[in-house]
Amino acid sequence: MTVLEFSLVVCAGSLVAGFLGALTGLGGGAVIIPMLTLLLGVDIRYAVGASLVSVIATSSGAAAAYVREGFSNIRIGMFLEIATTTGALVGATLATHVSGGAIATVFGLVLIGSGYLSRKPRSKEEREAPPDLLATKLRMNGSFPDREGTREYNVQHVPAGLSLMFVAGALSGLLGIGSGAMKVLAMDRAMKIPFKVSTTTSNFMIGVTAAASAGIYLSRGYIDPGISMPVMLGVLGGSLLGARVLVRAEIKWLRRVFSVVIVALGIEMLYKGLSGKL
Amino acid sequence: MSANESWNDKKMDIFIGSLLRAGVLFSGLIVAIGAFIYLLRDGHSPVNYRMFQGEPPYFRTVAGVLRDTVALRGRGIIQLGLLFLIATPVARVAFSIFGFARERDYLYAIVASIVLLILLYSLVFS
Repeated sequence: MTVLEFSLVVCAGSLVAGFLGALTGLGGGAVIIPMLTLLLGVDIRYAVGASLVSVIATSSGAAAAYVREGFSNIRIGMFLEIATTTGALVGATLATHVSGGAIATVFGLVLIGSGYLSRKPRSKEEREAPPDLLATKLRMNGSFPDREGTREYNVQHVPAGLSLMFVAGALSGLLGIGSGAMKVLAMDRAMKIPFKVSTTTSNFMIGVTAAASAGIYLSRGYIDPGISMPVMLGVLGGSLLGARVLVRAEIKWLRRVFSVVIVALGIEMLYKGLSGKL
Repeated sequence: MSANESWNDKKMDIFIGSLLRAGVLFSGLIVAIGAFIYLLRDGHSPVNYRMFQGEPPYFRTVAGVLRDTVALRGRGIIQLGLLFLIATPVARVAFSIFGFARERDYLYAIVASIVLLILLYSLVFS
């Protein structure tokens, strides 16, 4: 395969990754890593470096639109980033001491279970829960554009969300990918944040989590310009497209896409954990 | 109209959104220029990423990437664009401090400062 052919194939695959990443708030590493390693025979370390680039590109590309249009909640994102960045630091330090395989196996099972749970829409009572004291003090309650105009929402269970975000950060430090999945689940399931706000705020946050570990990957020589170039350009195009679709998409449909991608990610993690290919 | 009203949440959203867009388009443009030179020169040579060799030392530091860029080498310019891409979320956090402070939301100005400190710590000490 020549450089030109390789670049075109990777660019096309990355377009899909960016599109799905922007729609689900997951960042696209779930598509990039298997495409590069299984399909194109790229060494896993280069693939992880490229996946990091794809996460930052998806995040910044799509978040630009989501923030301007009032979907991402900057305060929620900013506050939870304290936990994710600290978690990422702890995870990266632990990486040399713990078995990545065991963690990937457990995480894979959690994701497959969550894929099933995340299909369930929120009940009416949950949606109309009164404002939580801590969330109100932290000015997290907000609104977002809905079909029938602006929809208000109240954030719940901030401490639980914060703890899960710490775990999300630690997992991304340990495993390289998968932090977007935990972020969406923490906001959607624990904090009861509307699904579109959860995925777009996750999208807003994953760039920062990825940037935190970018220094490590760069200094280890994982980021190759020949691989990262088609990944970045493809992902960027895909994420801009995905951002346009999300704004109009029905939540039921978005949940379905999210659950399929998350189960696929879970299987990927399980495979990694059991085969020891991390 | 007080300063508090003139710099509200909506403006903050537009400000942060525009910053992200500018960062991502600028780095995308640099990567595209690098890609053009790289593909023109090396487009027909074979690829081999099966074996991990790691990037040469000059691609692992900012100074090394800059030297390669000045020499107008495609791969060096791409790597420079990637550095700008990595800097985009960091700049977003830094400018949020300023935005929240103008909004007189000092709690969140402090939150953003903490995130920036952790981020810089992990970038410098890695």
